[in-house]
Amino acid sequence: MLMQQLVNGILLGSTYALIAIGYTLVFGVLHLVHLAHGEVFMIGAFVGLQVVLWTGAGGPIAVVAALASCALLGVLIHLLAIKPILSRKGHFLAPMISTIGVGIVLQELATRRFGGEQHGFPSRMESVTWHFGSLTLSSVQAVILGISVVLMLALHLFVTRSRIGMAMRATAESAVISHTLGIRTDRIILLTFAIASALGGAAGVLVGMSYNAISPFMGVEMGIKGMAAMLLGGLGNIYGAMLGGLIIGIVEVFSVAYLASSYRDAFAFVIMIVVLLVRPKGIFGSVHHVEG
Amino acid sequence: MHLDPYVESVLIFTGINVVMAISLYLPVSAGLLSLGQGGFMAIGAFASAYLTTALATPFAPALLAGGALAGLVGLLVGFPALRIKGIYLIILTMGFGEIVRVLFLNLEPTGGASGLSGIAPHTTLPVVAAAAGLALAFCWQLRDSRIGWALNAVREDELAAETVGINLTRTKLSVFSLGAFIAGIGGGLYAHFTMFIDPAQFGFQRSAEIFIMVLLGGMGNFLGAALGAVVFTLLPELLRGLQDWRMTFFGTALVVMMIVRPWGLIGARR
Amino acid sequence: MSGEPLLEGRALHKVFGGYSAIVDVSIAVRRGSIHALIGPNGAGKTTLFNVITGVLPPTRGAVLVKGEDVTGARPDRITRLGVVRTFQSVRLFSSMTAHENVRVGRHCRSRGGFASALLRVPFRASAAEAAAHKRADELLAQVGLQGKQNVRAGDLALADQRRLEIARALASDPELLLLDEPVAGMTPVEVQESGRLLRALRDRGITILLTEHHMSLVMEISDTVSVLNFGCKIAEGTPAEVRSNRQVLEAYLGTGEVV
Repeated sequence: MLMQQLVNGILLGSTYALIAIGYTLVFGVLHLVHLAHGEVFMIGAFVGLQVVLWTGAGGPIAVVAALASCALLGVLIHLLAIKPILSRKGHFLAPMISTIGVGIVLQELATRRFGGEQHGFPSRMESVTWHFGSLTLSSVQAVILGISVVLMLALHLFVTRSRIGMAMRATAESAVISHTLGIRTDRIILLTFAIASALGGAAGVLVGMSYNAISPFMGVEMGIKGMAAMLLGGLGNIYGAMLGGLIIGIVEVFSVAYLASSYRDAFAFVIMIVVLLVRPKGIFGSVHHVEG
Repeated sequence: MHLDPYVESVLIFTGINVVMAISLYLPVSAGLLSLGQGGFMAIGAFASAYLTTALATPFAPALLAGGALAGLVGLLVGFPALRIKGIYLIILTMGFGEIVRVLFLNLEPTGGASGLSGIAPHTTLPVVAAAAGLALAFCWQLRDSRIGWALNAVREDELAAETVGINLTRTKLSVFSLGAFIAGIGGGLYAHFTMFIDPAQFGFQRSAEIFIMVLLGGMGNFLGAALGAVVFTLLPELLRGLQDWRMTFFGTALVVMMIVRPWGLIGARR
Repeated sequence: MSGEPLLEGRALHKVFGGYSAIVDVSIAVRRGSIHALIGPNGAGKTTLFNVITGVLPPTRGAVLVKGEDVTGARPDRITRLGVVRTFQSVRLFSSMTAHENVRVGRHCRSRGGFASALLRVPFRASAAEAAAHKRADELLAQVGLQGKQNVRAGDLALADQRRLEIARALASDPELLLLDEPVAGMTPVEVQESGRLLRALRDRGITILLTEHHMSLVMEISDTVSVLNFGCKIAEGTPAEVRSNRQVLEAYLGTGEVV
């Protein structure tokens, strides 16, 4: 029983992790809390839904579609709503406030197009259930877990093994120094946005698959949970985001299993508040401090 | 004087939004940015509505009680606000707003997810006008007062403010709590006008709307906040085509404003 | 002048990470005197100020004001006890006028919060307010800012800003003024004026502790001089004594003017 809950928690947590990674990547390079990221996640879910409906294809194809489209969306958001602000000397919160605006627009556009109710997410997959001793795992769950792991692994390899990936880390450490070292920080930032948004969009499809329901309003709640995971893990730290997401997922699942199920959503927010109060740096707290 | 009921409802919403804008403006004037006013509004709305419907409390005491409860919660939330700044505070208040929403989703006495209906329509135009007028008058009174200067000082430079003898804790807590109280009053007014409330109405979107209102008018002075509320409420009414695309418009306006002029319509003039 | 020092720092240490900014520094400021704190850049003068005024808590040691232990107290409490400071980089409320800055300086000597703000009679100042208004203008005149009451603080020239900071500090009726490099960036004429102002303040009974690099001013107006180097106090005494102290001379060799 415990193991089962753990597995479920890891499953849920890995989707949170993917969202949190997106936040943390953007924060790393721009010191910006990307408040439209939750809506990017939501758009990814709907893109995946459309692909599944149009082509009858399965989950993985939907994920790919979401990866591509959200990467593009992320780049657009940066170019249109963030970059123009960075070049002006305004209030230091202006970029973040701009992303609030973007999120609002995305949410309303989605509501216009798809209506405000929840949509089912057909999985188009042979539903097989495997049993490992007392553990049960459905094929859908396996796919979700598999995709999450692949994505996170790919990211890890990318930032540690590839030149561009290392350039990304350098830019996150210090954009100024990286620039003087010849790194095309502009492009790196675009790439970061693309990757972050792509992962968020993928998470959207995965969540759609696991809950079999998506709505234009899911971005807010998941978004804040993703932020909670990011804060828990430490701003700007990818592995912290992964760990934070897992922890929150496990806590949520355990809370449903052993405590009051209806308050499950509140746990992420409570964790977030506790982190902010007790150790704002998070688990793998980085040196980057955002001064108020 | 008999107004067309539709016009009257627009005016009432405008007045309520002015109250909400002021509720955010006050903590902002001390440098405390909150994206959680929706949560305080919810507390005031549900508390006062519960009192009038379930306990047959008269309107005025119920309204004040709702505000007081919101103010009390504001005091609790304000404590963490003492130690964290800027972005962190915004995120904290966002989390708070979500917690409130989840709480009310699960609270049986106030209807849970189905919300509370059959609320008596105590909120009339004179009531709202009085409330908004009082809020504005209060802000006017603050301008040349000891506490008004203290709020400005805290916003500008906390260290210098402490050096002139201002107690940061007391100042920040009291203004944050006051903002929450006013938001609670706004919530009570709202509940007794729409006659039906449910937790979804007070989520992040609500907090973002209030934030937009204050930003629209420039975070510089209370008149700007009030004007932002008026523009936010009236513009969609005046521009018919805007109705359906209200939030898209304001969301885009937000982005454009940040690019073009981060200081809003009225500017940083105090 | 009483025997007990107005301000006392006892065996103060302040360590940042692995770096010791001040090491075992004791200082006693006598009432009615002008006490100068000098030392090369990085000697720990501003850190000492920060520790004394509650901006930073000391790692070890105690701070006493009029005999009362205020170690680690927040700056606003220190100000209420009558010890007010200015800042090296001038921390004014730039969007407020000069007059308003001085008015807010009186915060701890007046009362009233939200309730009294609400109950004020608009457009008519009460007797207390009228008096406070007048006093603010007087203070501005005292520091040489008459006629500039309604200028936005951020728009003033640097020398005027420093004067305004002093006026704001005076608004709370302090017994001790801590001035962090009060004449930095001033022309010789402005320095002379400031020197006169500081002496006038002392003659009116206000004690002054200041840090400065401007040696001639320090030697001219100070009653006591304490010298810091690398976080330690290396000398203390009258200007004449300090000027001829060998360690002091060594500390300053190569760093500029020693009169």
